[in-house]
Amino acid sequence: MKIKKNVPLIDQHNKFGFWGEKFGGSFIPETLKKPVEDLTILFQKLRKDKNFIRERDYYFKNWVGAPTPFIKLENLTRHLGGAQIWAKVVSEANGGAHKIYNATVHCLIAKKAGKKYIVGDTGAGYAGKMLSMAAKKFGLKCKIFMGAKDIKRQKPNCDAMKKNGAEIVPVYTGSQTLIDAVSECMRYWVSNCDTTHMCVGSTVGPNIFVKICGWSTSQISRELAVQIKKEFGSVPKKLKLFNCVGGGSSSFGFWNEFMHYDKKQVEFIGVEAGGPKNSKKHAAPLTENSKIGVLHGAMQYVVQDAEGQIEETESISAGLDYSGVSPLHCFLKDTKRARYTSATDEEALSAYKLVSSLESISPSLEPSHAFAEAIKIAPNFRKNTIFCVNSCGDSYKDKDIIKSRLGKYIR
Amino acid sequence: MNKNISLAFYKCKKEKRPALLTYTVAGDNSKIKSLEILKSISKYTDICEIGFAHNTPIADGGQIQTSTHRALKNGTKIKDVFQIVKKFKKFINSKPVILMGYYNIICQYGENKFINSCKNSGVDGLIVVDLPYPENKYFAKKCRKRRISFIQLIAPTTSDNRMKKIIKDSHNMIYYISMLSTTGGKLKVSTKEILKNYYKIKKINKSKNLVIGFGITLETISALKKTDGLVVGSALCKEISKSLSNGQNPVTNVSRMVKKLKNKIL
Repeated sequence: MKIKKNVPLIDQHNKFGFWGEKFGGSFIPETLKKPVEDLTILFQKLRKDKNFIRERDYYFKNWVGAPTPFIKLENLTRHLGGAQIWAKVVSEANGGAHKIYNATVHCLIAKKAGKKYIVGDTGAGYAGKMLSMAAKKFGLKCKIFMGAKDIKRQKPNCDAMKKNGAEIVPVYTGSQTLIDAVSECMRYWVSNCDTTHMCVGSTVGPNIFVKICGWSTSQISRELAVQIKKEFGSVPKKLKLFNCVGGGSSSFGFWNEFMHYDKKQVEFIGVEAGGPKNSKKHAAPLTENSKIGVLHGAMQYVVQDAEGQIEETESISAGLDYSGVSPLHCFLKDTKRARYTSATDEEALSAYKLVSSLESISPSLEPSHAFAEAIKIAPNFRKNTIFCVNSCGDSYKDKDIIKSRLGKYIR
Repeated sequence: MNKNISLAFYKCKKEKRPALLTYTVAGDNSKIKSLEILKSISKYTDICEIGFAHNTPIADGGQIQTSTHRALKNGTKIKDVFQIVKKFKKFINSKPVILMGYYNIICQYGENKFINSCKNSGVDGLIVVDLPYPENKYFAKKCRKRRISFIQLIAPTTSDNRMKKIIKDSHNMIYYISMLSTTGGKLKVSTKEILKNYYKIKKINKSKNLVIGFGITLETISALKKTDGLVVGSALCKEISKSLSNGQNPVTNVSRMVKKLKNKIL
């Protein structure tokens, strides 16, 4: 299994949609074949269409707010006394997270497809919040599917969705988290695919949704590449890009522009959710060597039992609490282009605390997992090594959880 | 090609009625009860579709999800599904069996091993909901070699060109999904519209047995009786749920319902 040079990673799949001949594909009911094919054709056309690109860039710049800041975390760097630590503050994007890129692109596509309704799934509530924002902006009616458990633990984002006029559909099946929300959203689309566009909230799902999302979030690394060259003159000899990995949309977007660099120069470190320290449950299929199986229409490493039943995951961070992971990351793992590890709930909480108390930024619990790994290994490096962490969400949405776990909320 | 399935349709055609296909989930509401249900509905049904449970079904509605959940909760494993089929097929009045489920269960069990177990337990056909055409070509070929019918699905969204290809590569039975819906949805298109599509498919190849499923209940079934076959699933799963909440025996209630369904198409 090898990564091809000069071909975007999202396009390195075979005719059935498999990356590395085994990850991805489109395991969908017959009813969805046509809508998925239509979407595939439309997206292929649009991404070559200069006007569409201009439109996307216009909204990214003027509405999302590109580029998001790239800053040095001076205090944290000094505190750890090793590698230089930088952050790409993607949480400064309109709405407060990277999910806005995928949501914007999906709404633009829905408009081109002549659809009036858009539906989406959400875990941490960011994907839902951003989709509701974008839907409002582009005049689409919006429904968001969200696990009942997540609705409880991510209240601020739910409030935002309602304010944007979206209907939140609570999902009570299974573990009542992201996995069930995605299933329910897909079921809804099966029944309404003639009038409704579906936005899958991460680089997961049938092939085309992986591609659209990866294409959209790649904005992050396009900006970063420019910012790094401006800051350092060229891409540093030792650059490490840290990102949390749930479904994998922010990490893929954060890495994409650097894909062709040798990993000795630009290393990708993906940090999954290890769950509570003393629990066997986790949401880290890559780190824990889960078996390959089908989830939500795609072949991937997925937390499952011997029979192929998808197992429940556990993580303090709703955005990472997902049994599967993007086929793109499975491909990056097997080609060894990226390295994957996990951080526990406790490690993420301490990382949040340290960063928030030392710096002006305050990462949500998702990027706190990435910070945890960076903080752990930074002292082993010298200051000519540049660490960059994607701070892809703001802690505000997690303030209730943080308060209950740490006694107080700092930022 | 699987003979038992062909024969079942042939018999029904001779009686000038559609085949009645029933769908129940193996292990719902227990392993023993689900076998008893199969045995008792066997008098009225022509082909038994048996669901093997998956906990992340992307095309099933509430009724079947509830049945699936019950089956998994009482510990039904895939080996139990094969046991249930085996025991059912030993029963003197048994009917052809079509297993229906999602690909990951087959994938984890191993494709070849799965087909072997099907063969050994007496499974006649397979429906894999999330393994569409043409991705399913290779697996379908393996099934055909062992005389298990791989049943292709056609939906209202299937294009004409695609339909032709699917029919060309199909075995002796094809399943037409009546409407854009998960299983158990209320019939939201007219039966006239369904029949129009049915005849369109039929025209491409008359020799294929074409059944209609999704939204078929006691209320809708008789309007569609001029077809090769009709599948009732969610209505039966719902009947099991209802029986359980009323403290009644699901076996007698489901059996009574299947009898009524049969009477509607005679």
